[in-house]
Amino acid sequence: MNMTADAPLLAADGVPLAVKLKRAERRKKLRAALLVAPLAVFLLATFILPIALLLYRSVENPEVPAMLPKTVSALAGWQGQGLPDEAALGVFVQELTAAKDNKAMVGNAAKRLNMEISGYRSLLTKTVRAMPLDPAAGPLREQFVNIDERWAEADYWRVLRHQDSRYTGFYLQSSLDIKRGADDSLHMAGDDEAIYLKIFGRTLWMSAVVTLFCFLLGYPLAYWLVNLPTRKSNLLMIVVLLPFWTSVLVRVAAWIVLLQNEGLINGALMAMGFVDSPVQLAFNRIGVYIAMVHILLPFMILPVFSVMKAIPPTYMRAAVSLGSHPIPAFWKVYFPQTVAGVGAGALLVFIMSIGYYITPALLGGPDDQMVSYYVAFFTNNTVNWGMAAALGSLLLIATMALYTLYARIVGANRLSLG
Amino acid sequence: MSVASPDTDVLVSFRGVQKSYDGENLIVKHLDLDIRRGEFLTLLGPSGSGKTTCLMMLAGFETPTAGEIRLDGKLLNRVPPHKRNIGMVFQNYALFPHMTVGENLAYPLKIRKLPAAEVDAKVKRALGMVKLDKFANRYPGQMSGGQQQRVALARALVFEPQLVLMDEPLGALDKQLREHMQLEIKHIHENLGVTVVYVTHDQSEALTMSDRVAVFDKGEIQQIDPAETLYEAPVNSFVAGFIGESNAISGTIEHVDGDFCQARLTGGGSVSARAVCVRQAGQPTTLSIRPERVMLGERAVGCANRFDATIAEFIYLGDHLRLRLDFAGNSGFMVKVPVPEVDPAWQVGNRLSIGWRAEDLRALDPLAA
Repeated sequence: MNMTADAPLLAADGVPLAVKLKRAERRKKLRAALLVAPLAVFLLATFILPIALLLYRSVENPEVPAMLPKTVSALAGWQGQGLPDEAALGVFVQELTAAKDNKAMVGNAAKRLNMEISGYRSLLTKTVRAMPLDPAAGPLREQFVNIDERWAEADYWRVLRHQDSRYTGFYLQSSLDIKRGADDSLHMAGDDEAIYLKIFGRTLWMSAVVTLFCFLLGYPLAYWLVNLPTRKSNLLMIVVLLPFWTSVLVRVAAWIVLLQNEGLINGALMAMGFVDSPVQLAFNRIGVYIAMVHILLPFMILPVFSVMKAIPPTYMRAAVSLGSHPIPAFWKVYFPQTVAGVGAGALLVFIMSIGYYITPALLGGPDDQMVSYYVAFFTNNTVNWGMAAALGSLLLIATMALYTLYARIVGANRLSLG
Repeated sequence: MSVASPDTDVLVSFRGVQKSYDGENLIVKHLDLDIRRGEFLTLLGPSGSGKTTCLMMLAGFETPTAGEIRLDGKLLNRVPPHKRNIGMVFQNYALFPHMTVGENLAYPLKIRKLPAAEVDAKVKRALGMVKLDKFANRYPGQMSGGQQQRVALARALVFEPQLVLMDEPLGALDKQLREHMQLEIKHIHENLGVTVVYVTHDQSEALTMSDRVAVFDKGEIQQIDPAETLYEAPVNSFVAGFIGESNAISGTIEHVDGDFCQARLTGGGSVSARAVCVRQAGQPTTLSIRPERVMLGERAVGCANRFDATIAEFIYLGDHLRLRLDFAGNSGFMVKVPVPEVDPAWQVGNRLSIGWRAEDLRALDPLAA
């Protein structure tokens, strides 16, 4: 065995070469870090932080624990039958009395409890107003039932007992149509109560349809563009990109004008005698599909085009010279090489589709709304940040799951976003 | 059946073939060409000379604007490319990147619906032929350029076509590898007896490999001959200049006498030369001589043509020395001298007598200035 082979290799000044190299590399890495630092800070502040907050909001549950911290822990010993014992009720009275002047705190807690059982809001405010109670005036149980008969029902206490944590799965469960039963077990909501799973399914289905149509329309176009002389293909590329430079809102409005019952398309169809009465094209699924495919088509064409551009025509020629008819040669030789572009385009279109809001909102009917519509509904109309954040988080998770699935099947390194 | 009774030795024949892309310019002007069975024919020419277009018409990727192409006596014009059964090797290899080497080779066999066992045997044999037995499961992207080109070669041969076309197949390789592959292709051709039509713009490649070379320029075949004839007896000044190196001297014909002629040089003096493209006195001409045919000093004594020239530059190239001479108003007159024959007394500025035999100087058509 050669001893010198084990000794570390030294640089000219006697410092081990590996150490020297590391030092040189560190300087390079530091410079790279400095160059991306402004962008990293910007992204952190405008992208990563809001998303983290959104995810946090979907499980945050501060309202009741803030107002009744001792009550919820006192209720932990309650058996779930009848009313809680006098000691627990005493803590409850103390905390209710203490919160009496803090209207905002009471309001928030009441709103939160009202999400669990409708009517809880009035119950709580009414009870707060009746505070304080005199323990000498008889058992607190009776006094509570006297304020409102609903306090005799175990359900209201059960809901209160569940507010023992600052975190809750309530919003996420609700977003997936999961309900908590009287025995505290989780179960799927019945058909009459279930809403969100259907909406998630609809969102995914509509996105899939839009992606499919973008592929069916975009792929042949990209192929044609690639095979044109450069001058012509550049010109036509501008035409493809033209819609990019118009606001989505304007384009949707234009589609409304075109597609509505008195619109240009129906007018032309009737004038030519194809139909007697207008075909319903706007404010239903068809209108949403037409506008979404139109808006998202460039996102399919561009990656497919750029991948096709890199495939020399000799591949097809080679396949044909080897004896293959041009059509099977296309599927066996050309198409597999474009899969990366198709995958990238499909992923782009699909992910953008599942977050679509304005187009279905303006061009669709009530049954064509996607998840984003309900996110907007909860933030704008009911100011229920928990539900909005939960729906948004699930959408994000679905997107990431799909991306992972795609990366597994096609391979993320083969993804070519153009 | 007077025209159609084909010479059994001829595999491919072009008759009056023309090709135009824009309806105004002919990229192939008028092509009559017979390719013999089993021969290695190279189409050589500068880019834009129409050689690749000819190959593409033969492969079926371009249709002739006029004329007919026959393969084995059968008219090809209306046969689609995938039914021609012609192997083809492309410059960028065109190996299918999503298939392994084995799958690439099996592709033409599977299209022909050969039984799996036969496909395997043929793929194995083809890989052995190009010495890549162990690479069947590699993807083309994992191989070097030379290996990929060998796979492309094997793929074009694996379905045993009677004709293989090669479109500058070695253009992307470095010089050393290219020279190695030239010999390898030549040996494969010799072993298989397949007919090869090879397109290149590299004249040394053409000379190394071919049985015959067709020199293309401006959409026409300028000369088609074996390498030696092409080099030693170019029929016009384009071929003389394109193949190898030659000194071009302009002059005017004084008189023609059978195979030989007398010409007056533009820079002064008179020479006798072999009359190739000249017919009568008064014609302008370009006289062409190979640098290695010029004799210097005492060796020039007794030559039919003798002149004095001035040494302008020495260029040392190891095995031989190149002398640039000022002669007859021509400052780029090159002479090749094997190193042992160099006289150590020669220096730049010396006067030197030069000379050559009349049959080594060829009177050709005047070169456009």
